[in-house]
Amino acid sequence: MTRYLVRRLLGAVPLVLGIATIVFFVVNAAPGDPTQYLLAPGLRPEVVAQMRANFGLDQPIHIRYVKWMAALLSGDFGYSYSHSRPVLDVIGAALPNTLILSALALALAFAAGIVLGTIQAVRQHRPTDSVLSVILLFFYSMPSFWLALMLILTFSLYARNVWGWPIWFPASGVHSVHYAFLSLGGKLRDRALHLVLPTASLALVLAAGVARYMRASMLEVIRQDFIRTARAKGLSERAVVFRHALRNALIPAITLLGLYLPFLFSGTVFIETVFAWPGMGKTIIDAISARDYPVVMAGSFIFAVMVVAGNLVADVLYAVVDPRIRYD
Amino acid sequence: MTEWVPRSRVRTTLAVVLPGAPQLLSGRRASGGFALTVWVGLLALLASRADRVRAAFTGAADQRLAVLSLVVGLAASWVWSVLDTRRPQHVSEVGISQRTLTMRAFSRNRVAVAGLLAIGVFYLVALLTPLIAPYDPTAQGSLLAERLVGPSALHPLGTDRFARDVFSRLLYGARISLTIGFVAVAISVTIGTVLGAVSGYFGGIVDGVIMRFVDMVIAFPRLILLIAIIALFQPSIFLIIAVLGLTQWPATTRIVRGEVLSLREREFIEAAHALGYSRARIILRHLIPNSLAPIIVAATLGIGNTIVLEAGLSFLGLGVQPPTASWGTMVADGRDHLLGAWWVATFPGLAIVLTVLAFNLVGDGLRDALDPRMRT
Repeated sequence: MTRYLVRRLLGAVPLVLGIATIVFFVVNAAPGDPTQYLLAPGLRPEVVAQMRANFGLDQPIHIRYVKWMAALLSGDFGYSYSHSRPVLDVIGAALPNTLILSALALALAFAAGIVLGTIQAVRQHRPTDSVLSVILLFFYSMPSFWLALMLILTFSLYARNVWGWPIWFPASGVHSVHYAFLSLGGKLRDRALHLVLPTASLALVLAAGVARYMRASMLEVIRQDFIRTARAKGLSERAVVFRHALRNALIPAITLLGLYLPFLFSGTVFIETVFAWPGMGKTIIDAISARDYPVVMAGSFIFAVMVVAGNLVADVLYAVVDPRIRYD
Repeated sequence: MTEWVPRSRVRTTLAVVLPGAPQLLSGRRASGGFALTVWVGLLALLASRADRVRAAFTGAADQRLAVLSLVVGLAASWVWSVLDTRRPQHVSEVGISQRTLTMRAFSRNRVAVAGLLAIGVFYLVALLTPLIAPYDPTAQGSLLAERLVGPSALHPLGTDRFARDVFSRLLYGARISLTIGFVAVAISVTIGTVLGAVSGYFGGIVDGVIMRFVDMVIAFPRLILLIAIIALFQPSIFLIIAVLGLTQWPATTRIVRGEVLSLREREFIEAAHALGYSRARIILRHLIPNSLAPIIVAATLGIGNTIVLEAGLSFLGLGVQPPTASWGTMVADGRDHLLGAWWVATFPGLAIVLTVLAFNLVGDGLRDALDPRMRT
């Protein structure tokens, strides 16, 4: 087991370095550089040249690559041109917001998806299954940014303004403008209310995917001999489904954890943009339009590392949970 | 066993007047209904837009393409129906090919067939848009009187903030989504299949290099890569197609490699080796055709995925540039007027969902039909 872990960790190292390389060259291959954004038009060329020299942009690309890589390995992500702060500060402020949002959405999506997928599999060939299938596929086909807008339209605009609901779900930011003046309970409530719509828009689309996968996984397990044996022993249907089938069907669902991370992070980019949520996705998008290379590179690098880490965790969990997997 | 259904004069005559009707009457609701709908719909279009059809002959390329599709659609529906009634209606029970089995399994799946027909209708409508659309998609109406007007008889889906007709823009936007989805997936499937087959067949260093690269691209958040490339260069429809097509292949590569790895050990490949076939021939004529089933499924589901991604990029302002209508841009336009004018953002989004849903239904249906274990 330890050997397997070490081998997987060592295997992830070149992967991460390769990703860093792709990030660097994609971003630096693009025309235009940060000085164009920072400097007023009509400046004397010497000033522009001085500025480029200050940022080290006058050096050839391979020198910049080596310097960037060396800095990255020592944990230095550079300095953000547009925020005028170290990149690490910028990312450090944004990362927790994204993590809260995606962790909550992931947890909800898995919980709902597992329940729905199991119900579908148990009720295969019956109306419940077909109706649920179509509804879930509908959500699965939905762009999350549109779902977000529809949720805003319904729950934060129409619910209070038109239908007169008592609860109002805010449509932007992590907390209200008057946040600082609220009591502790009020602060918590305010934060929670701000989380509802972004989390729901992310989780609904994800849950549909998890449910589809769980349904297939359950159907695969239910067809197996040990389920027939369990039934033949006279176990209740409840015990067969939850004790025997569901536990085995959950094992392949672990891989989904790794598979869904890139999907989840893509989702946060849209959701953060729609809800003005100051997270990683929004930071990267803003940095791209400001041509703030260090933030773009660091942000995409961190996303990629989280995906690699997620896959690693999923693989290791898989090996731990399923004794049939050999650690060779 | 072969059972002959006598062909009747009535059926053939009916097919000449109303193509699809005889098939519909004999219980083949999907194909018959589709042919009949196409026939009646296109004739109605021809009758109601006769002036536009006449004008289109000297008009722009897309107008001429629309007239061509109109003629081809009418002809195809008629020829198919007439020939079909003349063909002996027999049901063969022996020597059924794998393809027939798959087609039968697929046609029993009603939802999937509905999805396929919906896709057919979407593409037809997209081709015929210049004849159907009530207004010019970029023409602005009176900003005082017609701005953000709700759905009405004059504007079936309302107007946007520039007083443009949402319904017409929706129709023109379909062309963008359907084209980009199809072309990008075609590119990615071609690259993915070839690389996957090469990787699986040769193994060793080739395999190692390709698969490590695939791992890297898959671990990379694709959306960020897309946004970075498009934002740093100039957004254009060709760049979007290229970027979407060139970043999706790793998934296909993995699938094809897995298939080829298991096929490589089979006897028929050994036989091909023994016959002295070249490696290129073995890959192209033996390995790839035999791993086609999962590729087709992945491609169908991939089109839906790509349409959502393209809409997302357009939503962020990185896709097709205004004033060209695209569903993603239209949703973004409606974002600022959600409370006052819900229709601007709602309908284009609904169009995305329905299109992607149709592709997903077909993809699911194909997967079930192509999997022998799922056939009952």
